[in-house]
Amino acid sequence: MIRLSDQAFDPGALLSDFCRDRAEVGAVASFTGIARAEAGATTVLELEAYPGFTEAEIGRIAEQARTRFGLMDLLILHRVGRIAPGEPIVFVATAAAHRREAFEGCDYLMDYLKSRAPFWKKEHGPGGERWVEPRAEDHADIARWE
Amino acid sequence: MARVLLFGPLRDLAGWREREVAAETLAELRAVLGAEDAALAVALAQPGVQVALNQAIVRGDAALSPAAEVAFLPPMSGG
Repeated sequence: MIRLSDQAFDPGALLSDFCRDRAEVGAVASFTGIARAEAGATTVLELEAYPGFTEAEIGRIAEQARTRFGLMDLLILHRVGRIAPGEPIVFVATAAAHRREAFEGCDYLMDYLKSRAPFWKKEHGPGGERWVEPRAEDHADIARWE
Repeated sequence: MARVLLFGPLRDLAGWREREVAAETLAELRAVLGAEDAALAVALAQPGVQVALNQAIVRGDAALSPAAEVAFLPPMSGG
């Protein structure tokens, strides 16, 4: 399942739900991304998406991950709107028969969500506001899978 | 008539998020926007800016149907 939400969420509850009733799944991996305060420099993070297109593009990324790693299921929840430091911004969970596929599928999904999914992120703080550009590391992370 | 959407820093640069523009091709649309705002035209032509036509990425020029939706997408940053 792929979902965007402008509401705070509980990653523990999402993970518990995701693990329920899975007799054939041997492994679940998950990742939670949390908005950083950057030592007080960021007081609010603003996440913009392109409704419809963003979900479709994430769907395409998810389908690639599902095929490549043989994932039995996956969950992606991404926040949009205004996010306070300390709040979860993204949650990804993958289910597979064995741990390696679950770990790698989760890693792959996060790398693509960071710099290939249609989101734009702005940091607001006492020093003003700033759009966040993808870093060189983000592109290097993608290159690992190509 | 195309509905034009700007995202991220492009929206701040232009001072608008969405508007209607009379144009029959993407190239004409760029020219119309550029005639009003030269800085925006430069920003839209940056190699990192992708264009989605009716929610599908296109490269180069393309014809615009009367109800086309054109989105300019600067480098993406999620997670």
